[in-house]
Amino acid sequence: MPTLVSHPDEVKVLSKRFGLGATNIDRYVELDGYKATQQAIEQGPEWIINTMKASGLRGRGGAGFPTGMKWSFVPKVSEKPKYVLINGDESEPGTCKDHLIFLNDPHAIIEGAMIAGLAIGAKTGFIYLRGEYRYLLNIMEKAVADAYAKGFLGKNIFGHEGVDFDIITQTGAGAYEVGEESALMESLEGKRGVPRIRPPFPAVVGLYGGPTVINNAETIANVPHILLMGGEAYAKLGTERNGGTRLFGISGHVERPGVYELPMGYSLRKAIYDVAGGIRGGKQLKAVVPGGSSCPVLRADEIDVGLDFDQLAKAGTMLGSGGIVVLDETVSIVEFALRTIRFYQHESCGWCIPCREGTDWIKKTLTRFHAGGGNKKDIDNIQYIAENMLGRTFCPLGDAAAMPILGFIKKFRPEFEEYLAGARVANPLIQIQPVGEHELAGAH
Amino acid sequence: MSAIANTIFSPELAARFDKLVTIYPLKRSALVPMLLYAQDEVGYVSDAVVAEIAQRLDLLELDVRNVLSYYSMLRTKPAGKYNVQVCTNISCMLRGGFELLDHCKHTLGIGHKETTEDGLFSLEEVECIGACCWAPAAQVNYDFHDELTPAKMDAVLDTYRAREKK
Ligand SMILES: Cc1cc2nc3c(=O)[nH]c(=O)nc-3n(C[C@H](O)[C@H](O)[C@H](O)COP(=O)(O)O)c2cc1C
Ligand code: SF4
Ligand code: FES
Repeated sequence: MPTLVSHPDEVKVLSKRFGLGATNIDRYVELDGYKATQQAIEQGPEWIINTMKASGLRGRGGAGFPTGMKWSFVPKVSEKPKYVLINGDESEPGTCKDHLIFLNDPHAIIEGAMIAGLAIGAKTGFIYLRGEYRYLLNIMEKAVADAYAKGFLGKNIFGHEGVDFDIITQTGAGAYEVGEESALMESLEGKRGVPRIRPPFPAVVGLYGGPTVINNAETIANVPHILLMGGEAYAKLGTERNGGTRLFGISGHVERPGVYELPMGYSLRKAIYDVAGGIRGGKQLKAVVPGGSSCPVLRADEIDVGLDFDQLAKAGTMLGSGGIVVLDETVSIVEFALRTIRFYQHESCGWCIPCREGTDWIKKTLTRFHAGGGNKKDIDNIQYIAENMLGRTFCPLGDAAAMPILGFIKKFRPEFEEYLAGARVANPLIQIQPVGEHELAGAH
Repeated sequence: MSAIANTIFSPELAARFDKLVTIYPLKRSALVPMLLYAQDEVGYVSDAVVAEIAQRLDLLELDVRNVLSYYSMLRTKPAGKYNVQVCTNISCMLRGGFELLDHCKHTLGIGHKETTEDGLFSLEEVECIGACCWAPAAQVNYDFHDELTPAKMDAVLDTYRAREKK
């Protein structure tokens, strides 16, 4: 079982029911559960969307798109049914926050999906969980069944004539790329997770051709809380244009790794040194990947920055999925970069050439480089390949692979140069295998 | 009675599939879950599984195989009864994921995607499994095991061995 952590600086909005037994529907109702949905039914779509806009909530899946605005893009009238799709594919390395929501508060996700449905006029919601999350899918399915049994889902919900909402849960079967929203829809339609061309955007032509709102599980779990506390009150917890709080997963070389709910704009330095207890074993900080593996790295002298979308963008990186990965002085950036690109090369869906070939070439070059076979041109070549992937791929996975690699080279170039000159990692993590020993060569 | 005469699945799974194909706006949406649930029961996605799922969804076997080859959890060959999946992605790497993988290779005597002779365990190096804050993490089939050390891993493997003896 994941350890639940806590710190006095936390502001618990979304996580306030964690550890309180809220998977049980009666307990959930006791803890103000399903009140927001009833309020939403009474107040209507316009009120919901205005509240969401006022809250300043931005998507927690990575891109930070304002949720209220996203919902308002869905056409009012549509020949085809509209859908709500909850993205629980959670596969960005460094990210495990949705895991805790599914585990501790599945009804908040159901409620959020229903409210999104009421706002846009959808009668069906899908909740898609990555295949590895089977035990969480079981929890989610039980919650959905309990909600049907109480009449909270199905026809005429809460006794309101003509107000219907159904939820279908779905499992993936292992694929990072399926977290990308258009690939997610393909997967849900029973196809390979290859992204779709845009426009048309999902808000107009989405799942089964109908207008579709796609939101991350954390985004959607915030919705009932926002309706209950009011959009302005939620917005005030955060910073300008970055409303509310966020689940930050702090992992790597810290004393107290865990998922903490902190106000948007909270100091990255304090998150590492106060909330997560500082660097493990009294070591020095070397670097931080601030929002999941696709975000460019920050050096130890760059952590005086607030954790919100805009401040991190200004610092040349991203808030991404809120997964803060902390590296101490012992880590070799060459190795860390190699492990990062191995992931993206493995997960590239292969549809477009810059991503398929670029990730492969960078991986091959870095593998040889790491094994001590680097040559003078390698560092520039890796940079050149990554720069040529940026903005030239069919979906954002290509950028997600190129950006961290460029960050490593930009911020730690001397380390690559020293490595080339013969400096080696004291304790290599990734084994350097003589060519031919396939059995120990790893997954990729 | 299953919708398919001579189904290769257990009555429970066949009944589940009968229902699954009816809940979506398009039947084909059941494909990915069906492949995974079939694998859970059969051990892998065999030719017979492909054939029956294609029949249930009115698809060509080719369509099914095309989707099957995309998803990393789906396999077309048997694996051990307990599939040990060790994450070595960044958060786990920083807290001993690679050491854990090496430890498993040595104690089980097998490499990546191999199976022990008695068919009990397979081993796989996997990408992030969404347990980064409880690293290093591994999954045995669908069970998560967090904050592992080589010694804890041995104890975990022993619990699966003990299950077999009962
Ligand atoms: C390669 C890739 C993987 C992604 N993986 C996820 C994911 O696992 N979960 C998620 O919520 N969003 C993921 N996203 C973002 C989604 O495309 C989408 O923007 C998001 O689900 C929208 O929800 P939000 O507005 O609530 O953030 C991914 C994007 C890309 C390009
Ligand atoms: S960028 Fe990568 S993942 Fe996206 S479509 Fe191209 S090959 Fe596929
Ligand atoms: S990096 Fe290992 S679980 Fe996320």
